[in-house]
Amino acid sequence: MDIRDVIQNQIGSHPVVLYMKGSADFPQCGFSANAVRLLRSCGVDQIHTVDVLQDPAIRQGIKEFSNWPTVPQLYVNGEFVGGSDIMTEMYQSGELAALLKPAH
Amino acid sequence: MNAAGGTLRMIEQALAVLRPLHLQVRDDSHLHAGHAGARDGGGHYHLDIVSEQFAGRTAVARHRQVYAALGSLMGHSIHALAIQAWAPGERPVTASPSTTLSAKED
Repeated sequence: MDIRDVIQNQIGSHPVVLYMKGSADFPQCGFSANAVRLLRSCGVDQIHTVDVLQDPAIRQGIKEFSNWPTVPQLYVNGEFVGGSDIMTEMYQSGELAALLKPAH
Repeated sequence: MNAAGGTLRMIEQALAVLRPLHLQVRDDSHLHAGHAGARDGGGHYHLDIVSEQFAGRTAVARHRQVYAALGSLMGHSIHALAIQAWAPGERPVTASPSTTLSAKED
């Protein structure tokens, strides 16, 4: 399967998908750890995470798919939301909680 | 000039196309040394930028403007980049301590 189809399938199958380094319990990067922390603060307990360190094709593919060169990347209801900084801004403004409320 | 200082200067030069009214680039690499995600090299940087070109744009669009300006620096010299991108008048006065290589303010 084409990597774009793999990603499309992932973001289409779960309301909240976080592409990150490491796992939710063992993040391998401070930005990924921050993203997980923000999602949990918004009440998302079951985060569907994809560890890009486990799959070079996903690691490269998600950057091209999103037109976004860094990880973590958050998708909610199939839509690209942003990375760690944007999640932080949205958390502080209350937008992130509002976005996630119907999604989990 | 050391390698880190060279990268800071390259970042500043690349971002000149956004005609920044304010630009601070900080090297945060020392905060992340040795972690698993940083094995592929490149530094961690923090960017605080004000540009009229961000006005009326979403945060995602602003970050993409920054990434486009940086081009191949992303993923090579830059491993990770924290971005605060503001339109004129949006930047809080408390943003970013001034521990930077250089700062240009109008």
